[in-house]
Amino acid sequence: MTAIFEMGIADIRSGIADGDFTAKEVAETFIARVSAAKPLNAFLVETPDHALASAEAADKAKANGEALGKMAGVPIGMKDLFCTEGVPTTAASLILEGFTPQYESTVSSNLFKAGAGMLGKLNMDQFAMGSSNETSAFGNVISPWRRNDGGNADLAPGGSSGGSAAVVSGRIAPAATGTDTGGSIRQPAAFTGITGFKPTYGRCSRWGTIAFASSLDQAGPMAHDVRDCAIMLESMAGFDAKDSTSLDLPVPDWEAALNSNLAGKKIGIPKEYRVDNMPAEIDALWQKGIEMLKDAGATIVDVSLPHTKYALPAYYIIAPAEASSNLSRYDGVRYGLRDLPDGAGLQDMYAATREAGFGPEVKRRIMIGTYVLSAGYYDAYYTQAQKVRTLISQDFDKAWNSCDLLLTPTAPSAAFGLGEKSDDPLAMYLNDVFTVPSSLAGLPAMSVPAGLDGKGLPLGLQIIGKALDEQSVFNAGLAIEERAGFVAKPEQWW
Amino acid sequence: MSIDKETVKKIASLSRIAITEAEADAFVPELNQILGWVEQLGEVDCSKVEPMTAVIPNKLRLREDVVTDGAIRDKILANAPVAEHGFFAVPKVIE
Repeated sequence: MTAIFEMGIADIRSGIADGDFTAKEVAETFIARVSAAKPLNAFLVETPDHALASAEAADKAKANGEALGKMAGVPIGMKDLFCTEGVPTTAASLILEGFTPQYESTVSSNLFKAGAGMLGKLNMDQFAMGSSNETSAFGNVISPWRRNDGGNADLAPGGSSGGSAAVVSGRIAPAATGTDTGGSIRQPAAFTGITGFKPTYGRCSRWGTIAFASSLDQAGPMAHDVRDCAIMLESMAGFDAKDSTSLDLPVPDWEAALNSNLAGKKIGIPKEYRVDNMPAEIDALWQKGIEMLKDAGATIVDVSLPHTKYALPAYYIIAPAEASSNLSRYDGVRYGLRDLPDGAGLQDMYAATREAGFGPEVKRRIMIGTYVLSAGYYDAYYTQAQKVRTLISQDFDKAWNSCDLLLTPTAPSAAFGLGEKSDDPLAMYLNDVFTVPSSLAGLPAMSVPAGLDGKGLPLGLQIIGKALDEQSVFNAGLAIEERAGFVAKPEQWW
Repeated sequence: MSIDKETVKKIASLSRIAITEAEADAFVPELNQILGWVEQLGEVDCSKVEPMTAVIPNKLRLREDVVTDGAIRDKILANAPVAEHGFFAVPKVIE
């Protein structure tokens, strides 16, 4: 039998159902993995008692012959962007240090109702702003992966869901929640050789998820494979009256309908994604992906998304604008940090608190957002960006006239070393070049591991689908997964 | 358009973030680099385009105008840096 810690959601589910092991054994296995993984700095808070309590509930339900939830006995990692009742939640920022939510986010609540337990809260880029996990106020997450050059350079796990990617790829948790605003599930999944899924905007409730850019933020699963992502997304998604943009639609049974036969499906290859300076290895992987989808029965067509090059600059107006508004709530009055210099008034308290509490990248984005929304610049920047966003969305609509799905690389490179890009914000932003356009259009998209580069590091392929057509995205992902035969895992050095 | 140190200080003030002179100096090239890059959006002809308001068509729902929540004062105050007499406490606002 495969060791329990190597298992994902589906294997744990059937192992518990068949009586091969108990949920308690599963929880204890992963709790021990978490304790031993401190060098990765992936957890901000550990919650072994939560994982054990869920496991005991699953074992009891099984003993009583009750039906088990979809995630029964599966202990997961929770990105620290989700508010968890009674468990400190900081979004990896000093400004929320000491904040203990008095309520449960809808996504985490849905997962717990499905029987999942929680191993702990996962480190991330501060307020989900970053692509390398280097903006956390509580230190970098170190990727479990290392280059095969014999060096021991610490690599970025990607971001912003870097802790989630690190623990799933390191087999420290069988699955983890992520959130994706411009690529924060998909890029770290690609960097660490795991599968990550961003659903259609509105599938997962945003209630209780700390807001970054509300018109873009979506939660999603990060797991070993496509099936696990389907199971977990079914448990996360669903209508929620507490989120005004929540979609009032039933949650499909994605797992049951998984089918990697793509006969009749047309896959578009957007020529604008063939960017300058793309490493030959990424281009070769993309070609391999095309062959895999053809082999699964799909037809390949060339498509054009002419406004692709404007997606990143539009994103870096829209996301900071929404962030500057959302983050105005951190004022030192209602929760989190307060810095009150001697004799200071209210305004000074706000400014001192926010100076002390926000990290440099968060401040940079608040400043940009404030500027583009300020009087005299609003139309030139913000309105123009929202118009370009319409054009980007229309590009996809036109592409759907000739295809059902799009295939692209997930990221323009394999994982980079910590510190290699952190001095240049703009270079860091370019990491999201392939993931941002579908975020701006609210479309479902996933990253599937498909190969290794010359240094032994994982590379991912991205599949983008039509709004609400998660099923086709899952199915194409499965077709790649079955053919890529990606079995590489990081060697345990920690 | 390029921004100068005075503009940086004004943005910081609007953002309610205290910054030092040195930080303001550092922000000038950084913000100019990022804003210079996003200005390429100006070359897109958007004269006949409506700004995006919702990525996925969705209706704003209305619900019955009834109280659905409340009586949770202590929970709301539980994370306050300073709470007194059942209120959030702040420094004196009016002399």
